[in-house]
Amino acid sequence: MAEKVINCRGMQCPGPIVQLFQATKQAAAGDILVIEATDGGFKRDVQAWCRKTGNELLSLENDAGVLRARIKKA
Amino acid sequence: MQQNKKTLIVFSGDLDKALAAFIIANGAAAMGSEVTMFFTFWGLNILRRAKGVHVKKSFLERLFGSMMPRGANKLGLSKLNFGGLGAKLMKFIMKQKNVNTLPELIEQAQALGVKMVACSMSMDVMGIRPEELIEGIEYAGVATYLGEADEANVNLFIG
Repeated sequence: MAEKVINCRGMQCPGPIVQLFQATKQAAAGDILVIEATDGGFKRDVQAWCRKTGNELLSLENDAGVLRARIKKA
Repeated sequence: MQQNKKTLIVFSGDLDKALAAFIIANGAAAMGSEVTMFFTFWGLNILRRAKGVHVKKSFLERLFGSMMPRGANKLGLSKLNFGGLGAKLMKFIMKQKNVNTLPELIEQAQALGVKMVACSMSMDVMGIRPEELIEGIEYAGVATYLGEADEANVNLFIG
């Protein structure tokens, strides 16, 4: 299973979820995507995105203003 | 992935409203939705090419065309525009805050497969020819919109 980090620091809405969507399209099922964002809405958005797209949100942490989400592609 | 359709009618040609429309459209596409945007009346100006294209037009059509903004970079704000100064200020602030520009959002929408449809009736009324609009646009009427809207679970009017 591959793991890929997507750096979306500094990007504004809807940048991070667009990047996440495009990265998921290229990933294989079971791959882990780690996305880092500083957009204030991302905390709620990434949860909504995972619910809607059916991908699994493994963890979501705030590391000194950088939100880091680990997502497993369904 | 769930396949839900979303449609947006973009009636307004104001910069702020166009930005909102494209942010929603691109967000929806990134959530896995099939998105169709219908551009009608003032909204058609968003799709105009920045450079004038030589096409046959009547005097009135030409006059009308010259009074409307030519493309995504020329739009004004719906409020506090102050003859274009407001729009310039808004673009400056957006750049500082790293928000995508409208042309970037349009490009992103096309990369995400957002379908953009121009209303052929309002194009005719406003004297806008297909050659004057950016690439990748489809042309249709209200029945196409209603057909798509019937299958969609979110239908927005940006006016």
